Order: sequence, then C-alpha cells, then structure tokens
Amino acid sequence: MSDSKDSLSRGSALLSVENLQVHFRTPDGVNRAVDGVSFAIGAGETLAIVGESGCGKSVTSMSILRLLPEPPARLSGAIRFEGRDLLQLSEREMRAIRGNAISVIFQEPMTSLNPVLTVGRQIGETLRLHQGLSRKDAEERAVEMLTLVGIPEPRRRVREYPHQLSGGMRQRVMIAIALACSPKLLIADEPTTALDVTIQAQILDLMRDLKSRVGAAIMLITHDLGVVAEVADRVVVMYAGRKVEEAAVRDLFRAPRHPYTRGLMGAVPRLGAAEQPGAPQRLAEIPGMVPSLKTRIDGCVFAGRCPSVTDLCRSHAPALEPKAPGHLAACHYAPKDALAA
Amino acid sequence: MFGFLVRRVLAVIPVMAVVGLFVFSLLSLAPGDPAALIAGDQASPADIERIRASLGLDRPFLVRFGEWAWRILHGDLGTSIFTNLPVTTMIGQRVQPTVSLMLVTLVFAVLVAVPLGVLAAWKAGRLVDRLVMGGAVLGFSVPVFVVGYLLAYVFALELGWLPAQGYTPIEQGVGPWLANLILPALTLGLVYIALIARVTRATMLDVLQQDYVRTARAKGLAQGSVLFVHALKNAAVPIVTVIGIGIALLIGGAVVTETVFAIPGLGRLTVDAILRRDYPVIQGVVLLFSFTYVLVNLAIDLLYTLIDPRIRY
Repeated sequence: MSDSKDSLSRGSALLSVENLQVHFRTPDGVNRAVDGVSFAIGAGETLAIVGESGCGKSVTSMSILRLLPEPPARLSGAIRFEGRDLLQLSEREMRAIRGNAISVIFQEPMTSLNPVLTVGRQIGETLRLHQGLSRKDAEERAVEMLTLVGIPEPRRRVREYPHQLSGGMRQRVMIAIALACSPKLLIADEPTTALDVTIQAQILDLMRDLKSRVGAAIMLITHDLGVVAEVADRVVVMYAGRKVEEAAVRDLFRAPRHPYTRGLMGAVPRLGAAEQPGAPQRLAEIPGMVPSLKTRIDGCVFAGRCPSVTDLCRSHAPALEPKAPGHLAACHYAPKDALAA
Repeated sequence: MFGFLVRRVLAVIPVMAVVGLFVFSLLSLAPGDPAALIAGDQASPADIERIRASLGLDRPFLVRFGEWAWRILHGDLGTSIFTNLPVTTMIGQRVQPTVSLMLVTLVFAVLVAVPLGVLAAWKAGRLVDRLVMGGAVLGFSVPVFVVGYLLAYVFALELGWLPAQGYTPIEQGVGPWLANLILPALTLGLVYIALIARVTRATMLDVLQQDYVRTARAKGLAQGSVLFVHALKNAAVPIVTVIGIGIALLIGGAVVTETVFAIPGLGRLTVDAILRRDYPVIQGVVLLFSFTYVLVNLAIDLLYTLIDPRIRY
C-alpha cells in the first residue's frame, strides 16, 4: 500500500478495514453505500470518521460488527481485527466478539436502551454472557460500572428503568454497557448528537477519561468537527461511500487537502466570526447534493459539488495518495508537500 | 397502585349492572312465553296465568329486575324451570369441563401462536412467514364445526389415537382428562391461534425495527435472547390484550365445540337452556360468562404493569 511510514502498518493495527465494499440490493438498483474504503486503527488510538449523513460512515461501523441486514447487504473486502477477518467468521464467533472485544455506543440514548428491562439487567447482561458472571455478581459489577460513568446513587439506579433517567444519564448507561467487558475497540456512532450541548461536553470528557483508563481504541463516527478536534488522534473523511482524505487531526485542521474537507470546515459556525470586518454574513455551505450511490461515478465523486472542478475531475477519478507525511487525499489538485513519498 | 385496584374493582359494578340489565331484558324481549311452555299444550289460559304469577312474570319489569338483582347479589341465581334444581348447582356440575377446555385451549394456543408469530416476524417475507400467515388465514376462515368433525374423523375414527367424544373428569387421571381435551382444544384454539399469531407478528415486526433491538444484537446476544427477551417483552402489551379479548372468542366457540365433541360443559348447558327457554339458567350462565370476561380484563390491566414499567396507574 502507498500509506506513508507513520501511518499504521497492517501488522500492528488493532483493526484494519481493507477495501470494504457494502452494496445494498434495492428495487431500483444497487446502492453502493461503501465503495472501497480502507483504514486502520491502532490499539488505544482514537480514529474519527467524518462525513455528511449518508456518506457510509455508519454502514462502515455496522459492517465491522456484521449487524447489517444480510441480504440485502453484500459485503466484500476484509475487516481484520486482531489478525482475524471478521467477514469470514461464523455468526457464533461474531457473537463472542460483539459487546465483548468490540462494543458500540449508539446515537440515540432515548431509544437505544430497552424500555422494559432494568438498567442493571442491561449492563449485567453482557457480563453474564461474555464473562460468565452470576446474576448477583453481574449486578454488583453493574453498580461499579454506573459509579465509573458518574451516575449518582448507583445502587438505586441499577434497579431503575431507562424512562426514569435523563438523556445524559442514559448515554452514560450506554457507555457503561459498552465498557462493561473492557472492549479493545469502542465504536461510538454519533455519541453526542442527540444530547444537549452541556451534556455533550460531559459525555466527551467521560469518554476521554474512560478511554485512558480502559485503554480501548475508539472509532468515533460523527459529522461534528468540533467533537473531532477535541477527542480524535486521526481523521478519515468520507464522501459518497469513499474515503476522500485521511490525516492526523492536527494536520487536517491546519491544512485540509480535499475541497470537501475544506467545505465541511467552512460550514462550521464560529462564535464572533460574523462580527469581523469583511466576514461573510452567512455560514458557508457546500452547494449541491450528495450524488446518488446507485449510479456508477466515473470521475471524482465530489466533482458535482466542487468549487474548483475541471474536466479532468469529471472523467478521471483521482487516486487516494499521500500529499504530506501521513496525509492522504483523493484530489487531482490537492497541494502536495515535497516530503510526501 | 392500591388506589387503582380499588377504582378498577368499583368500576366492575356499573359494568355488571348494565350486563345484568341487558341479560334480564333481552330474555323479556325474546319471543316465546315460558309460562305457556311450562304449562304445556293442554293448559287453559287460567293455568298459564297461574304459572305466570308463580314465576312473577305478571309484575312490572323494574320490580322484577330489582328482586332478581338482589337475589343474585346474595349468590342465588334462582331455580331452573326445567329441572327444578338451583342454577348454581347446575352450573357447578358443568363448570369443570368448560374451564378445563378453555384453560387447555388457552395454554396450548399461546404456546403455539406466540412462537409462530415471532418466527414469522423474524423471517418476514420469507417462506416460513408466508406459511404461518397463510395458515392463519385458513384458521380464521374454516368454521369450528368443520375443523372439529374433520379432526375427530382423522384422529379418532381413522387413526384411533384419541377419543372422539366425551369428557373425563381430572379426578380420574390427568392422562385421560387431557386425551379427551386435545381434539376439542385444537378445534377451539384454531381461530385463537390465528388471531394471536397475527398480532404477535405485527407487533414484533415493529419492535424488531427499534434501536434497542440493534443494541441487544450489538451486545452479542444470541438470536433467541434478542427475539424472546428483548423484543417479545416489548411486544407483550398488544399480545396480552388480544389474548384477553380472545377469551370472548373461546366462550363463544366453547358452545359449538362442546356440542361437536359431546362435552357436558356450560356451553351445552347454555344451548339446552335456550332451547327450553329456561330463563334462570340462561341468565345465570350469561352473567357468569360476562363476569369472567370482566375479571379477565381486569387481570390484563394489572398484568400490563408487570410487563411494562412505564405503565403506572
């Protein structure tokens, strides 16, 4: 592969996704939700996957857990986790990994917890399943987990039902469930999107704190660049089912190479920006729509919306190549550092 | 919770009063004169009038209703015109076969229908789903007496595996008791199974789309736990509701089923009483059925709170 030296080599990665393709058969054609995406996450690393709704980031994460409806989803490529290709495992082997070595925090804490089971039961369940704990020990452990995620009065809360908790508390419970078995990889799918801003910050702090304690790698799926800047080590930018840019978080924010990434950053509201002289009064937006994933695109996937598009972009897809050390981008015109291989 | 219980039990009173009024007046409105019937063909108008007076039928409607209600509240359902036995005694003699039939049907139907509905929802659109749903349509459309005779013909007459008719009290052994109930329960349960399976499937289809089901899968739970613990408990309220409503179906179906399989239960008692215009018996049986139904619904309302912690009264 053409990844530069400081990018993770395949051997040392905890998880490496190689040329993942996820195609859904629909009545009106094949939807190429994910079309040839590769990336790797090292142990203990936080990788953010950024993109608009429908860019394939959640489909990618659900593919890792093999929780997509199958059929109609057709997966190809490889997803290597600790050396094993998850796409080749049996359903039973997959179940032993889900909630154990790889766990998830979902976007909607309101609906992602089962309304008719107690919080303690829902936390303890994974422990009983994966670690063979007794009902009593599992509940004891659930109380510890609630304490860990900062829920007051855990002994009382453990017997309560989700509807008795606030949104922030429920997301803490989700985190407790996800971390109960000390996973090596935590997939956080828009973990703060549904929460109030003040709660968002608390949840992010909590995730950062717990990550350092548990030592789990995090795959953070989000469209919120503010969240990315706060917690991620490295960023993968996805657009229309492809990876268009990948870089260390600092490099990406300092010098985004792909016009789509620049567009995303321009679309983030900044406090006080409008008061500066000469500042645009409106928030920048990326014009146009994400292209339909049901038709094959010959040129660059972003050509239809790119401000600096040329004929070359429409006819030839740009290769994903290093533009600076550890910084990949798929754009014919992305500035390239001399250092890049 | 206790307050709710008291309110719900109190609410049974007006319901039963209306039922009582209905039962009482329906029979007064029905054609046929019990006095004339009892007196027989040879009786003179004076004889009929005497019998009418002895039955109290010559007095105003509301007075009769009041007296009747008062007696019933004291546990006296009156005396059969035909057998001269107290109605409570007659019901007592017939209650075991019917209760047995209904309970066996209920248990059997729920054990069959709920897993079938879950299976159909899980495999929605696949062959299994179509077979279950096709079977459900069949269950709805074939009349009880056709199924009954068909089953009796195949399993009792041709194969000789099970008795074709009759009832064995449970005191004579659970085996013979159950053997006599299998075919009737199958017959009576068919519509009930179809109903429960359909509702289970529809509710489960909705529940399986929910985020918490995805969470359960993401925990690594096996399909069985996902379906029967995480999903089914959320789908339980509509299912339990339809099981409760279906009790009415069982009561109605029991009348026909008991006739087909010659089971000496309340259904047969009701039919016989109607044919003989045995008013006190008809009233007693209908009241008993209504009261049972009201109690079942009360029990279901209470059951909701056990199933879904969000429901609090």
